[in-house]
Amino acid sequence: MENQATSPHTDPMLKKRDEFEDILEERRNSSDLRYALKCYTPVIYKHLSPCDATSLKTKVLQSDQLHYVITQVSKETGRTSEDLQDEASSIIEEMAHRLQLSTVRFFAFALCKVFKTIFKSICVNENGIQRLQQAIHDHPVVLLPSHRSYMDFLLMSYILYTYDLSLPVIAAGMDFMGMKVIGEMLRMSGAFFIRRSFGGDKLYWAVFSEYVKTILKNGLAPVEFFLEGTRSRTSKSLTPKLGLLNIALDPFLKGEVFDISLVPVSISYERILEESLYAREMLGVPKPKESTSGLFKARKVLSEDYGSIHVYFGQPVSVRRLAEGRVNRCQFSLAPRYIPKRANGDVQTFVNDTAYRLVRAQEENMVLKPWVLLATILLQAENLQTGMRLEELTEEALWLRDLCRQYGGFLHWPDHVAPSEVVSASLSLHHSLVKISEGQVFIAFEEEGESPSGPVGPEEQVLRRSVPVLSCVSYRNQALHVFVRPALLATAVQTAASNHKQDVFNTFSFLRTMFSNEFILCPNAAVEDFEEACFLLMKTGVLQLNQQEVLVSHRGDRTISFLSRLLLPFVQGYQVVCSFLCEEATDSLTEKDFVVAVRKFIVKRLIAGTLRYPEILSSDLQKNAFAALLRLGAVQKVKRVDQTKLKINKVTMNSLEDTLGGKLPTPNAASARL
Amino acid sequence: MYGLALLYIVLNCGISPSSLTTAGPLRQAALPQNRRALGRWLISHRPVRRQCGFPNEVLRRSLAPLAPLEAPPPHKHGSSMAAADRQRAARQRLQIITGHLQRPTEDQLITAAECKAPETKAQEPGEQRTVPRRRQDVMKWNGWGYSDTKFIYNKKGQAEFTGKRYRLSGMIIPGLKDWMEGTFGASLQHKTPATPLLNSSALQPPTMNEAFAEDLKATPIPFSVEAEDRVFRAHGHCLHEIFALREGKIGRVPDMVVWPSCHNDVVKIVELACKHNICLIPFGGGTSVSSALECPSEETRSIVSLDTSQMNRILWVDEKNLTAHVEAGIVGQDLERLLNESGYCTGHEPDSMEFSSLGGWVATRASGMKKNIYGNIEDLVVHVKMVTPRGVIEKSCQGPRMSTGPDVHHFIMGSEGTLGVVTEVTLKIRPVPEYQKYGSVVFPNFEQGVACLREVARQRCAPASIRLMDNEQFKFGHALKPQVSSIFTSFLDGLKKFYITKFKGFDPDRLCVATLLFEGNREKVLQHEKQVYDIAAKFGGLAAGEDNGQRGYMLTFVIAYLRDLGMDYYVIGESFETSVPWDRVLDICRNVKACIVRECKDKGVQFPPLSTCRVTQTYDAGACVYFYFAFNYRGLGDPVHVFEQVEHAAREEILANGGSLSHHHGVGKLRKEWMRATVSDVGLGMLKSVKDYVDPNNIFGNRNLL
Repeated sequence: MENQATSPHTDPMLKKRDEFEDILEERRNSSDLRYALKCYTPVIYKHLSPCDATSLKTKVLQSDQLHYVITQVSKETGRTSEDLQDEASSIIEEMAHRLQLSTVRFFAFALCKVFKTIFKSICVNENGIQRLQQAIHDHPVVLLPSHRSYMDFLLMSYILYTYDLSLPVIAAGMDFMGMKVIGEMLRMSGAFFIRRSFGGDKLYWAVFSEYVKTILKNGLAPVEFFLEGTRSRTSKSLTPKLGLLNIALDPFLKGEVFDISLVPVSISYERILEESLYAREMLGVPKPKESTSGLFKARKVLSEDYGSIHVYFGQPVSVRRLAEGRVNRCQFSLAPRYIPKRANGDVQTFVNDTAYRLVRAQEENMVLKPWVLLATILLQAENLQTGMRLEELTEEALWLRDLCRQYGGFLHWPDHVAPSEVVSASLSLHHSLVKISEGQVFIAFEEEGESPSGPVGPEEQVLRRSVPVLSCVSYRNQALHVFVRPALLATAVQTAASNHKQDVFNTFSFLRTMFSNEFILCPNAAVEDFEEACFLLMKTGVLQLNQQEVLVSHRGDRTISFLSRLLLPFVQGYQVVCSFLCEEATDSLTEKDFVVAVRKFIVKRLIAGTLRYPEILSSDLQKNAFAALLRLGAVQKVKRVDQTKLKINKVTMNSLEDTLGGKLPTPNAASARL
Repeated sequence: MYGLALLYIVLNCGISPSSLTTAGPLRQAALPQNRRALGRWLISHRPVRRQCGFPNEVLRRSLAPLAPLEAPPPHKHGSSMAAADRQRAARQRLQIITGHLQRPTEDQLITAAECKAPETKAQEPGEQRTVPRRRQDVMKWNGWGYSDTKFIYNKKGQAEFTGKRYRLSGMIIPGLKDWMEGTFGASLQHKTPATPLLNSSALQPPTMNEAFAEDLKATPIPFSVEAEDRVFRAHGHCLHEIFALREGKIGRVPDMVVWPSCHNDVVKIVELACKHNICLIPFGGGTSVSSALECPSEETRSIVSLDTSQMNRILWVDEKNLTAHVEAGIVGQDLERLLNESGYCTGHEPDSMEFSSLGGWVATRASGMKKNIYGNIEDLVVHVKMVTPRGVIEKSCQGPRMSTGPDVHHFIMGSEGTLGVVTEVTLKIRPVPEYQKYGSVVFPNFEQGVACLREVARQRCAPASIRLMDNEQFKFGHALKPQVSSIFTSFLDGLKKFYITKFKGFDPDRLCVATLLFEGNREKVLQHEKQVYDIAAKFGGLAAGEDNGQRGYMLTFVIAYLRDLGMDYYVIGESFETSVPWDRVLDICRNVKACIVRECKDKGVQFPPLSTCRVTQTYDAGACVYFYFAFNYRGLGDPVHVFEQVEHAAREEILANGGSLSHHHGVGKLRKEWMRATVSDVGLGMLKSVKDYVDPNNIFGNRNLL
């Protein structure tokens, strides 16, 4: 049952993955109505004691934990416990799901219709479904899908319904609640709503955590939530959020269940519905508030072709096995279990590592379409405006295809079709992003000066032209997880002071630390990551490693240059942020103003031509860079009376910037046991 | 086959083939009957010898051929060894053995005179009492309990319980075969019979301390170096111990067994042991399930097993204070029987009470089935005398409670033979209850049953005993029902079953049963019974009759025999226990059972294991939970290793779920690795410093606990 896939020395080529089955095919051939009304008898947890949504609420409200917290809060605030009890009931009313089969059937019917129109196919690995079914029978299950689109959770429920599996209850953000009708319908199809932030609200936390735990430990339904916390606008996996995972692991750690199965689910879209929406958001056009009317406006999407979706249910991961020898569960036996207690260091590390492990498991089973490779290549073209020749693109794509496979990417490249057809099919599906003219392929920039509100300034122009680039970037990003470790190593080899293994490792681990907000790089795994990267690059004959030295072999140049160019926009982006903070930041700069200010700064440089990559305009990259600098102590937040100001440590900042550029040698990495 | 066995012996014992072949003919020719008969004679006639004056010459002659085999010289046995050497060694052994027979000098005789009080039946031990010195005459050397009592499959393939000692004895148990086949996938076709006889050549040569033996000889304390005696005292009843015996594998065993007959004998033995640096291992009933009796393999000194079984008198009964002063070697059944004769009882009834001894109870902090009325051993003990290398420890009075610093009794209770030998104990006694009543309650599921027990504990109205079996164990108990004699009873059984499963809607795969035992005067018992049944009713419990209850308790004594039957058919199993707070009872039961199932699967066990539990004791703050697990080991290369891994994982799971390391079995060597985590570094240091003070030379070197 254990997911071994993340251990470094397993050859990624040998990774076994299941076959896919298209679930839309059957829908195209038989009655949707009959499907929606089909007999639904899912397998349930073997120790399940049935409990409906109402008695679930009662259970939560009467739980020891809630009683305890209410007494505590009442002592602290002086409010009566009846008052708090009432508040707890209203919290749970606001939060709780009201799963109804009829609503699910309605959604199933409606979704069929929509899916059949906009998607070519929805492919699911049926072996994964079988494993999931077994897991649901044996233990409480937590479903952890990747999150790239609003579609994700409807899609999940749709698939589980199709396969006669227990419908999950899904943790959803409160923003959906804005849409009255839809919100309620989602609630009836199993969503429960949590506030985005409830900082110090102990009562809210207590109700919320008890609610999730009650569902889990009784095995009432699989609990589904998004480890990444929110939709990733960039198609890169986001640093996992630990709050819900902490709650979900708690019943195991406290012995309330024998085991919990964590099932990573990778949902990959060939074309993301929110594609340009995301790009605009990254560039500073604010995201429209979710509203029912907004959703209807989005109905023009119905006329488009969005290709296919691949949903891969990963190997269920047993929490028990993960925790073996890592967590001392005895620590929970010295106080009543209903008293909320801050977890010890080993538990925190364990939860954190588990989260990373699962996100990596999601990444690994993400299906990559040929277009991802094409976008990667196009973004590396000498000149983004002119693009590159179609033949050249095809040749490069074939080379990259093989490299991707060697590095274990889950690439869906139809081998029985001629490469040129594969390429042209991909290009035509993404016609809104890419154009072909006279054998030249280039990114489809908006025509200049076409705005209805008159001519636009050069800044606006730059931003607008960046929209399709950022969309392409988001496709390229889908493949980043395959290349990120080798790319870090390739960059390290190029920038390190010498070929000495220790130097290369130091640089590698510096880059790793620098970019750990950007990519999924598990803390404390520098050595493992280094070994994994070395293994991959050696296996493909790019690097040679002897006792002391790391050498680039002759035929490895192409790979090394590809890999380092892949990382270059990020390196430059972080450098720009550093120099912005050094040069332009004033004492009055707040975190809120930062994004706007840095964007202006970057636009200027782009216009001046001193910066090459428009993708640096992505607010995601800027925020990540900022978080990294904060983490490394180059920026500090200083609380003033009314607001929080930023204090820049110029010395640190400069040295970070120079080290990134390879001008300064990297400091020794702490854990250099190679 | 024989060749292999021979090879094995050679490899294990370090005896070269040539020495074996020279010894071989001897063994076949002269040994069997002779030696055994002789040994028996030696032992049983020792105290009487003075009267009958047996000619030592005869003995010396018949012993002669034995000597080289009995005690091969410790180092060289190569074929190069000259025959002269061998003869010299033989002569030396012979001298030692014959020396044992010589009359001790008068001044060393005091002890015997002192401890055999004239009014007690001094010459009778072994006749009235259950445990003779030669335990192997009455009990199995490689299994549980009496030699004449065991489960077998008769010629018709029906299970039968042999002997006459128990209520179930002589009965046919029709359901057992199906249950065994159904639960374990065991089959009567696949047998794994035990080695029938002890092969003494599998024994390592004893490490004799001649000077100690010399000095001991000078006392009237009987001792033996006979293989059977030594092997019997080298083990408890852990699965791996019994499994090895059944395979005829024998590790380190004591080099000598001594039988003190009173406190002063023990003082003398401990004195001599200190003088000659001997490792002493106290032996009571031999029912340990913690590897406590295993001789440490790293022990290089001579190991002497101190068998307390002959210290078995009740020295006095004080009816004013309701106390009795008893020698610590007495076994539970004798103690109760003798006290009953004068209208009293201790009420201490551990499941092993037929064989376990008072001293053993004290040394392991034992718990009795009826502790709700009478208390556990720590509640029963008023005064203890223990002989340590530093001297004798005891309190100066019999006050019922004292505030005199930490209670020194608590250094003694649970010391597991690492500090000294408990020789005499003053225990509380009670008048024999006038009325006893069994009972049972069926619950729809285990959760409800636990909730009921919790409520009973909350109201502090637990009967003398209350136990809750889970569904698997309920089915197991069912399989052990003897053949019903009348059609009427079987009809009644059917009716009951119909009522519970069909009319009351209990799921036969979920229901569980609690057995009850009430004691006291008739009126109070009936009142108490009503109170308990009323509580049970609140949790959906249905009274299920006295018979079920009584059978449940009777089975506790019989169940231990069942493991031997299982082991005849590829099934190995064990029980283990813990104590846990109330709020964790359900979780620990579920998780540990699931852990056993998963571990068995992971370790390649081909058939699903039996993994079951029962709640056997209730306390204000928690309960004692007993787990049983067993599996069919066909297809496993090293079943004992697999077994130990599973047991280890189960214990880890218990600890992770807030359970204790042990409720009453003790730590021994089996659970020693968790002691530090259990009592903290400082706690362990405290215990160590006591050990260092009391026994600096590790005379009591069984290496339990610490």
